Amino acid sequence: MSTAQFFFGYFAVMLTGLSVLVVTRKDPIHSVLWMLVLFVHIAGLYLFLNAEFLAAVQIIVYAGAILVLFLFVIMLLNLRNEERVKKFQTQWPLGAGAGALLAIFLCLIVGKVIVLAPLGRYSEDAVNGDGNLMAIGKILYTEYLFPFEVASLVLLVAIIGAVVLAKRRLE
Amino acid sequence: MVPLNWYIILSAIMFSIGVVGFLARRNLIIMFISIELMLNSVNISLVAYSHYLQSLRGQILVFFIITVAAAEAAIGLAIIIAFYKNNPTIKVDEINLLKG
Repeated sequence: MSTAQFFFGYFAVMLTGLSVLVVTRKDPIHSVLWMLVLFVHIAGLYLFLNAEFLAAVQIIVYAGAILVLFLFVIMLLNLRNEERVKKFQTQWPLGAGAGALLAIFLCLIVGKVIVLAPLGRYSEDAVNGDGNLMAIGKILYTEYLFPFEVASLVLLVAIIGAVVLAKRRLE
Repeated sequence: MVPLNWYIILSAIMFSIGVVGFLARRNLIIMFISIELMLNSVNISLVAYSHYLQSLRGQILVFFIITVAAAEAAIGLAIIIAFYKNNPTIKVDEINLLKG
């Protein structure tokens, strides 16, 4: 077993175990904190795949912004009396069965995936020449300029929508 | 060298765990966290394809998925707060106003 396979095995075991922890904890705070550990491991996996920019974005946006938003909402809702009740719905075996079936099908389908597409020109050496960030920036601001602008519009709508939804009614 | 299939299978397993969490839990916030888990598992498979195909398109796509996930989390949590003001519960089986 090579070193790369050993590290992948570590990440695979940790990511699977942390995912199970995230969806089974009773207290939402614990769930969110396990999610934080999960995001750090996903960022490690991105570094492993030579995606340094995305590893940084994963930490900054997911761990820094989205999870803090979740924590603030849990704090605002003050859910102490909700935690003592049962945590799964009555039809949870059906949901678990559907998830297990989905996992089996997906693994059967992608277990023997063969990639026939021609390789692109961004090989590891080509990207490492002037860095992952510069390579992504060059594509993002030329080929994907219009989707980039649309993404800014999506964020603007999200800001306005969140404020409008959560504000108190003005009498 | 790690085969591409391993990443895709890891991504599939994480996605399925997210699906189970979404279908089985009663807590609305944990259902939202399960959605984030599913989005992240898809991101892993996209980055793996991007690496193995030597193309950066997968990483660009992940960038946009993170944008949409941030927007979705903000709007979804705002909806939860707006609902909680009228009806103080976040148990999904007690949110049945559309049941008729």
